[in-house]
Amino acid sequence: MTNDAIPNLTAFDEAALDRAFASLAQQARDAAAALGTSEAIESFRLEWLGRRQGRLNEISSSWLKAAPPEAKKLLGQRFNALKKLVEDLLDQAAGGGPSDAALAAEAVDITLPGTRRLTGAEHPITRTLNEIVSVFAALGYSVGVGPEVETDYYNFESMNFPPGHPARDTQDTLVVANQERRLQRDRLLLRTHTSPVQMRTMESQPPPVRIVIPGKVHRNDAADATHSPIFHQVEGLCVDTKITFSDLKGTLDHAMKALFGSAVKTRFFPSFFPFTEPSADVQISCIFCGGKGCRKCKQSGWIELLGCGMVDPAVFAFAAGKQPAYDPKKISGFAFGMGVERIAMMKYGISEIGQFFAGDMRFLEQFV
Amino acid sequence: MKILTKWLRAYLPELPADDAQLAEDLTLRGIAVEGIYDLGAGNGSLYEMDITTNRVDAMNHYGIAREAAAIYGVQLKPLDVALPQAQAANTPFSVRIEAEDVCGRFTARVLRGIGIGDSRDWFPGAEVAVYFGLLEQKLISNAVDATNFAWLAMGHPTHAFDLDKIEGGIVVRRARKGEMLKTLDGMVRQLDPEDLVVADHARPLALAGVMGGWDSMITPETKNVLIEAAWFDPMAVRRTARRHGLHTDASHRFERGADFDAAPVASALVSRILLANGGWIEGELVDARVAAIEKRTAGRASVHLALSEVRRILGKTEDEEGITAGTVENVLTALGCHLAATGQAAKDQPAWQVTLPSWRLDIEREIDLIEEVARVYGYNRFANTLPEFGEGVRALPWAEAEVTVRRTLLAAGFHEAIGSTFCSAADAALTAPQPALVVPLGNPLSEEAGTLRPSLVPGMLAMIAGNLHRDVSDVHLFELGTVFSGTTEKVDERPAIAFGAAGSLPEQSPLHPERAIDFHDVKGVVEQVLARFHAQSVYFDSFPADAGIMPAWLHPYRAARVAAQGLSVGWFGQLHPREAAARKLKEAVLLGELYLDRLYKLPLRRPIAREISRFQPVRRDFSLVLEESIRWEKIDESLAGLRIPEMVEWRVREVFRDAKLGERTYSLLMGVTFQAPDRTLREEELQSFQERVVEAVGKAGARLRA
Repeated sequence: MTNDAIPNLTAFDEAALDRAFASLAQQARDAAAALGTSEAIESFRLEWLGRRQGRLNEISSSWLKAAPPEAKKLLGQRFNALKKLVEDLLDQAAGGGPSDAALAAEAVDITLPGTRRLTGAEHPITRTLNEIVSVFAALGYSVGVGPEVETDYYNFESMNFPPGHPARDTQDTLVVANQERRLQRDRLLLRTHTSPVQMRTMESQPPPVRIVIPGKVHRNDAADATHSPIFHQVEGLCVDTKITFSDLKGTLDHAMKALFGSAVKTRFFPSFFPFTEPSADVQISCIFCGGKGCRKCKQSGWIELLGCGMVDPAVFAFAAGKQPAYDPKKISGFAFGMGVERIAMMKYGISEIGQFFAGDMRFLEQFV
Repeated sequence: MKILTKWLRAYLPELPADDAQLAEDLTLRGIAVEGIYDLGAGNGSLYEMDITTNRVDAMNHYGIAREAAAIYGVQLKPLDVALPQAQAANTPFSVRIEAEDVCGRFTARVLRGIGIGDSRDWFPGAEVAVYFGLLEQKLISNAVDATNFAWLAMGHPTHAFDLDKIEGGIVVRRARKGEMLKTLDGMVRQLDPEDLVVADHARPLALAGVMGGWDSMITPETKNVLIEAAWFDPMAVRRTARRHGLHTDASHRFERGADFDAAPVASALVSRILLANGGWIEGELVDARVAAIEKRTAGRASVHLALSEVRRILGKTEDEEGITAGTVENVLTALGCHLAATGQAAKDQPAWQVTLPSWRLDIEREIDLIEEVARVYGYNRFANTLPEFGEGVRALPWAEAEVTVRRTLLAAGFHEAIGSTFCSAADAALTAPQPALVVPLGNPLSEEAGTLRPSLVPGMLAMIAGNLHRDVSDVHLFELGTVFSGTTEKVDERPAIAFGAAGSLPEQSPLHPERAIDFHDVKGVVEQVLARFHAQSVYFDSFPADAGIMPAWLHPYRAARVAAQGLSVGWFGQLHPREAAARKLKEAVLLGELYLDRLYKLPLRRPIAREISRFQPVRRDFSLVLEESIRWEKIDESLAGLRIPEMVEWRVREVFRDAKLGERTYSLLMGVTFQAPDRTLREEELQSFQERVVEAVGKAGARLRA
């Protein structure tokens, strides 16, 4: 080592300190420039930073102790700067690491695809159901559920489907075997809509009610591109004092904007459902063309999306059998229902409803 | 249904809208115009319309004109049904209603000296030739065309008989056993004693409300005509039509409830047109009525309607004024109601007794009138308001658990699928936890879907097979769904989850070799699901193949049961090779099913953080040699039994077999980690722990590999 021994310091004015430290800094730089091997780096480190014989330690013990109190601060600042310099030099020397040639030998092809731990995809129906449910949750709706195998009473009678209504024909409804000898109201069938949960909910709690009912339903339909014997619905029910038709309109208008974007417009048409009156079909402005007319909306600019209406007083009368608070003179309410497959098909550009139920990996993995 | 705007406008001289506007306004009021076709200058448009079955009154031109009059508040011209003076009859024509329960009214008018010939435009309001031409309705003869014209104009079916073919008079009755009738379509029909017929004193002449008879039909030689306009019961007509496989314009109308008061009007319209070609009326209109039926149709009681109720149900309109008494009165009057203000109604709370029009049997209650007000006023003129916020949102008790289970499977690389709710009886028998409690359907979609699924496994297998047969070789699926058990008297539903896999792990790498998914991969998935729940005890076990406990769909030596808190939670493993072969699956399929109702009874695990030791952990590896009969569980238990607090983890690092070790033995590399929370472990301590480990596994039957 060519470093000079640490001289004794006699003057502690700023200029003297600067000179002394500049000299030391130069020595450190010179020494660092010559560093090559890791052994040399280590001995440089010991030389300067070593706990016992390191030069910085020596400076600290001899100069700092000798300094008059007013110079201690000036000296300390310069000491710290020198220490940092030494550390930086060490970092630089160490950072040199292995040679470029050695590193080049370790090159990888960064254009090869990355290794992927594949995650699963939520089913597009589940995803759409959850979206719809969360829109209504934000409006204060809880989730209601009910059985998939229902009685005729809940599926039809209490929903004000009169006897002989075409929807009761076994053509449309899948029924459990051996029901012929039972009372009509007790006969078991696969629910054809999620509406029976309206009645089950009202029977179990007095108003107010605000629920959305997501669920699987079945019809005895021949399968084609847009029909499946298995499908899903989301039903909604809101009952309280002072619930009006304009509330129904406002609620669904808001929900459609939340689901399809704030530019979407809604319009309501008179319709007929046994369990609501007045009843309406709701159309939204075509989400593909914005209402100008395209193939998807059959040039009409509108897409029919859901059915709704004010709860029919006859339905309340059925509920009042168990919960007298459902007095149609005192309370009112609205209900709505939508097909989830249809919405999912629109949202994700799916042309065959059967794909939802085939479990085809190639279809499902698109929804990751 | 086809509607001419030219015809509509004949009833609406003041109509302010063009055809396109009218179509839209009608459609928005539930009278749907599905298509508009321009018919050329002066001819207006043809509407293709879809009228819902409850609005049978609007399935004709006058009915739609009435709707338009209500929408725009314009005058609707009354139908001109004035007839010339009748000549006196010697004896009135005899009409008798025997079937008083199903025939409410039967009118008969006798026309004599009629000339049967071609139709033309007879007089204003009877432009038969022009309208039929535009509608592309075939012209047949003035008699047939007149009844069709009346039906298209105002919707009430009528029938014209050749009067000279009628013996005695008309009797409306049920058919008698063995009676036959040749109908207008040329078919000779055996009548059922339940069929309602229009008969003369000798034999049936027509299927009432469905189709006329061959023998009494109008021919070019007909001189004298009997015009029938009647009211028949909807169900009776429906049953007769069904029984004979017939669906006619007349049955369509009667099945949906005809207008009791329309019969004389329709009769007059038909008579006027026929008389335009000569002839005279003989006698007064014979009008037989059944009072009981009249009372429940045309003579229905009036309905009370209060403006306050209208506003309570309908709410706010875009117009600040909202629905007013004026609106209610205008709309309902235009639709044919008669409104009388009730005495008790306060000035600011108008109320009415509303007399209902005979053609609107769908209106019965106050709410029906409110709907009419909303409909004609226009749904889209109501404001968009939101109800006041109600109560807080309550989550289903198992909602979080379900989300957790789904998320765990998704994170493990399984895609969510939704399979069929049904399976074959054979699959049900194979997979039902209780094969006696399987529920068959009464009208299944197919034999393969004859049973409510007792398990998600059949659907899972079908979906896996579907993929493998389409050469999709890596499959990772799960389904969350309902499974059914019970009897046809009572069905129980439970939530379950099934998962299935074949091919490689869900990992895609350009560099690392693929690895086939195996039993322990799916066991890992089950463990991860279980780890999300807080259970005192979770364990896996299996049973001898011949004990009859293992599900038959699982490989008897590559399957396990998982239990929590002593209850079976599910089964998983490799598909039984027999079942794989039956489904033509060459690949190993791993699958399982968990009973979520049981899992959801466990609380979800709530994470609690513990202090992480700052002191260095020390890992020691042990290479053990074991008899095949000694399973890991035994080694695991022996280590747990040591209860060394500093032994923080032990696990299998590798299992391998080596012929040099000897037959029926295997080797297991086990890593054990020691760490103390408060100090660095000393070498002597570690030495002692190590000795205790060796001793414990030694007692369990393992020896250290030399």
